[in-house]
Amino acid sequence: MATAEKYVGGGVPRKEDPKLLTGQGQFLEGLTLPGMLHAALVRSPHGSARINSVDVSAAAAAEGVVVAYSGADLADEWAAGLPMAWPVTDDIRIPDHWPVAQDVARYVGDAVAVVVATSRNAALDAAELVEVEYGVQEAVVDVEAALADDAPRVHESFDDNKSYTWALTNGDVDAAFAKADVVVSERYTQPRLIPNAMEPRAVVAQSVPSTGDFTVWSTTQIPHVAKVLFALTLGIPEGQIRVIAPTDVGGGFGSKLNVYAEEALCIALARRLGRPVKWVAGRSEGYLATIHGRDQIQQIEIAATSDGDILGYRVNIAAAMGAYLQLVAPGVPLLGAFLYCGCYGGEAYHFECTGVFTNTTPTDAYRGAGRPEATYAIERAIDALAREVGVDPAEIRRRNFLPAGDMVQSPGGLAFDSADYEPALDRALELLDYDGFRSDQAERREGGGSRQIGVGFSSYVEICGLAPSQVLASLKYAAGGWDAATVRMLPTGKAEVVTGSSPHGQGHVTSWSQIAADALGIPYEDVTVLHGDTHVAPHGMNTYGSRSLAVAGVAVHNACDRVVDKARGLAAHLLEVAPEDLEYEAGTFSVKGVPDRTKSMPELAFAAWTAHSLPEDSEPGLEASCVYDPPNFTFPFGTHVAVVEVDTDTGAVDLVRYIAVDDCGPVINPVIVDGQVHGGVAQGIAAALYEEATYAEDGTLETSSMVNYLVPSAAEFPSFETDRTVTPSTSNPMGVKGIGEAGTIGSAPAVINAIVDALSHLGVTDVPMPASPERVWRAIQAAQGGEA
Amino acid sequence: MIPASFDYERASSLDEALSLLAAGGEDARPLAGGHSLLPLMRLRLARPSLLVDIGGLDELRGVHADGNSVVIGALTTHHEVAGASELTGGSGLLARVAEGIGDPQVRHRGTLGGSVAHADPASDLPAALLALDAEVTLAGRDGTRSVAAADFFVGPFMSAAADGEIVTGVRVPKREGWGSAYRKFQRRAQDWAIVGVAAVVNWTESGIAGAAIGLTNMGGTPLRAPGVEAALVGASEKAQITAAASKVSELETPPADENASSEYRVHLAQVLIARAVAEAAGCPGMQSG
Ligand SMILES: Cc1cc2nc3c(=O)[nH]c(=O)nc-3n(C[C@H](O)[C@H](O)[C@H](O)COP(=O)(O)OP(=O)(O)OC[C@H]3O[C@@H](n4cnc5c(N)ncnc54)[C@H](O)[C@@H]3O)c2cc1C
Repeated sequence: MATAEKYVGGGVPRKEDPKLLTGQGQFLEGLTLPGMLHAALVRSPHGSARINSVDVSAAAAAEGVVVAYSGADLADEWAAGLPMAWPVTDDIRIPDHWPVAQDVARYVGDAVAVVVATSRNAALDAAELVEVEYGVQEAVVDVEAALADDAPRVHESFDDNKSYTWALTNGDVDAAFAKADVVVSERYTQPRLIPNAMEPRAVVAQSVPSTGDFTVWSTTQIPHVAKVLFALTLGIPEGQIRVIAPTDVGGGFGSKLNVYAEEALCIALARRLGRPVKWVAGRSEGYLATIHGRDQIQQIEIAATSDGDILGYRVNIAAAMGAYLQLVAPGVPLLGAFLYCGCYGGEAYHFECTGVFTNTTPTDAYRGAGRPEATYAIERAIDALAREVGVDPAEIRRRNFLPAGDMVQSPGGLAFDSADYEPALDRALELLDYDGFRSDQAERREGGGSRQIGVGFSSYVEICGLAPSQVLASLKYAAGGWDAATVRMLPTGKAEVVTGSSPHGQGHVTSWSQIAADALGIPYEDVTVLHGDTHVAPHGMNTYGSRSLAVAGVAVHNACDRVVDKARGLAAHLLEVAPEDLEYEAGTFSVKGVPDRTKSMPELAFAAWTAHSLPEDSEPGLEASCVYDPPNFTFPFGTHVAVVEVDTDTGAVDLVRYIAVDDCGPVINPVIVDGQVHGGVAQGIAAALYEEATYAEDGTLETSSMVNYLVPSAAEFPSFETDRTVTPSTSNPMGVKGIGEAGTIGSAPAVINAIVDALSHLGVTDVPMPASPERVWRAIQAAQGGEA
Repeated sequence: MIPASFDYERASSLDEALSLLAAGGEDARPLAGGHSLLPLMRLRLARPSLLVDIGGLDELRGVHADGNSVVIGALTTHHEVAGASELTGGSGLLARVAEGIGDPQVRHRGTLGGSVAHADPASDLPAALLALDAEVTLAGRDGTRSVAAADFFVGPFMSAAADGEIVTGVRVPKREGWGSAYRKFQRRAQDWAIVGVAAVVNWTESGIAGAAIGLTNMGGTPLRAPGVEAALVGASEKAQITAAASKVSELETPPADENASSEYRVHLAQVLIARAVAEAAGCPGMQSG
């Protein structure tokens, strides 16, 4: 099909922006329904405590309060506990997880009671009147401490705090290590991170008692998936639930890829009370009650020759699950399990992961999910190998890159499509002026001043386009990986795209409009994109894991092709020629050799709607659907470079330059792609330098607000320098791969490697994340033989 | 979060404000820029029963030279302090400090009087006022009084102001001919200081003739560093300044928190004192970092 690409690849401004920039976004907090009530939760202030009694009487009697319930009061609302959809092993331990705790509260923030009132203020005020008598128990918050024999148990029904152990072995790992000249053995900590979507979570549930129908508005990334799971959790027939993710959801980063207690609770309350019930999280409440990310201890060993050629990998990680298993938490480490060899070769590979319960907010997928952790480990470890064998860090990467090609077998077990790693590294080195940098660095070192500079590299490959449904089956994931689109020409010649993706900041309305406008040959302004409402878009697997373009976007593309096919038949009928005699370009069919005999897409749309004269066997209307199940993942890659200046007197790190060369295949909209890279890189740098959620021993979340959970702002970053190589994926007809998480995946190790490089002449080989000034200063002291 | 409920009155004169506070009892509080008080109320860590908004009292706003001193009204915003041309000589320290507080939004709402009255040991202006030997002026139902900065800050979030008293302003000696610098060490641009060092230095041809050092977040109140100040007199070289700065370790051990251990705070203070003094002295060749 010949389509002039007019919009795809161009930086059209985002359709979403004018309303967001002028305060016209339609966010859930603004939704008010007649008779609506407001819920406020009472949360445990203890890391681990028996709930001896809950007295809601004073709260229930307070002004404006309609009702107050304990967990026990609500016990019969649940047909099942909160869902967990990724039981990664057959013997995984899955604890009961009730929306409101009944006997034991297992983390600070675990809900123990709920107050429902006519205003949010009244509910919050009355929540303070609920009296809970706790039997405080010893808590365990640290993943390694939780594995100790005498550790307090998070779930008394299990013998220890292990949820599962999952392992993968390729090749003869012992043999690879036995013949190695060098083995580097590293241990890294992935700090616990708190996702900070701009919009806190919120939910409104409405019931129609006479019909049994429910409508649930939620700030969710997954309205379609949630619908199924709400039905199961609440015992409501699926057909009677409509889930709506509002037109505007203010970011998620994985934190809204879940089914949460408050969602189930609002539905249950609406069912009991017959009135709409709303809950809106405060920022600090969200810090307790919305999933966290990372929190892993990683051991990685690399076996190599004395030239630095890698032979094998051995990886063992302990991953905090938190107090319960949230929706896909056990599977998060598995998304990185195949990537601890990065884009490098080798003969053998072993990966093993233990999921561990701790008395903390549950973890789950946070931007990158498993892949930032894996990339961090391999990209730090390969620098350690470079130091060990005395090879330049850029050179050791080049030496170990998998060969360029399609379906290149990686030691981790996956075959990477569109592999071509050197050009991205070359381009990054060129942008950096690597030789120039090294001579500046040598000069600084000679000068001996307190400002030393360093460069760090990170060459990553990652996994997007989740996912071929059959592969998900082999990983025991309880859903498919397809997505759906319907493309409909309207009688006036405009087009409506109904997508199964659920955008919450990514700009799907813009990108899908570009794809459809080009395929249908109509103006970009004439495309409307509908999303997020299960009554409007019947099918969808929604938005997470950088999957939307490579799955839902491809579905849009394919559905457009089908619309054009149907239009061709109609055009041939109206022009009285055979379909093969028509040429299609930019929305117009013309008869070969008779270029003034044409039918345009708007003309055909109108003709299909009036249905006055249709080809035989053809139905009225011009629309088509596609449910696309990808045959393979996609594997974006790239090289990121960080340049830092370290104040050796104070340990302060100044990020001076950041270069990102990414390969996400063909780009639909470069402005959006740059935006995804910028945001992703900022989040990765945040992990490297600023953010870390910490718990006191008793389970108190110490970093309870943005005052001490250090989310950086624009002032902390240099202007990012972005560039791209373009190697199309062979797994889908558009060649696209995904860019939503690449920035987060590539960036953290580049920054830490740069700090270590800046201080390597002082003997520093490691600085933990986040590299706070004190940690950097202590690393210098320790390397210099000081006491720190 | 949403604050617990409270009453609100807007005062149109200082006298009215004082009466409203007196009538409101011990849970009544003045409201100035609200940039310290409202965040605490939203977290329900502060629950005043009555807020007396003093934001309209123009009599408490502005910067005026008065002989060898500068008088700054309590409601003067950080932004206005940062741009005040009256702050010459050593008193210019206040402008340097004010321009580094929070972000532009905070500097346009937050007030000097609020900063002083709040007595947060991590706030920047109190250490500068201490280093400048400023006086805090107060008005109460029984009249006005002034208290030396050294006596005003008595503990974390505790000052010599009595319930119902309003800070009306500060009086600061100009210290003509002295140089000043403020070195603030923080993780993010808009953060409070992990450690802040205010230095006011009288640099002469024969070296440092006098110096005052105010420390932010090195204790429960802003602190002076008398040992350092004494050792600085006569110093004329970088090494001497560094040696003098090390005397900061003679002070009581500073607190530890999630941003810094005590040991690291002392180390930072040393580094920052040396840098601030060199900058305040303005002598070429002494600058470091
Ligand atoms: C994001 C952010 C960042 C900040 N960063 C910094 C920083 O880097 N450095 C820094 O020093 N500060 C910082 N601040 C605090 C800021 O400087 C505040 O403005 C200041 O501390 C208080 O001034 P205010 O006018 O806002 O006082 P308010 O919040 O109105 O009041 C604070 C307290 O003082 C009392 N009060 C106010 N005025 C008077 C008065 N005249 N007499 C008696 N009592 C009074 C109030 O009752 C209240 O108890 C920051 C604030 C925010 C929100």
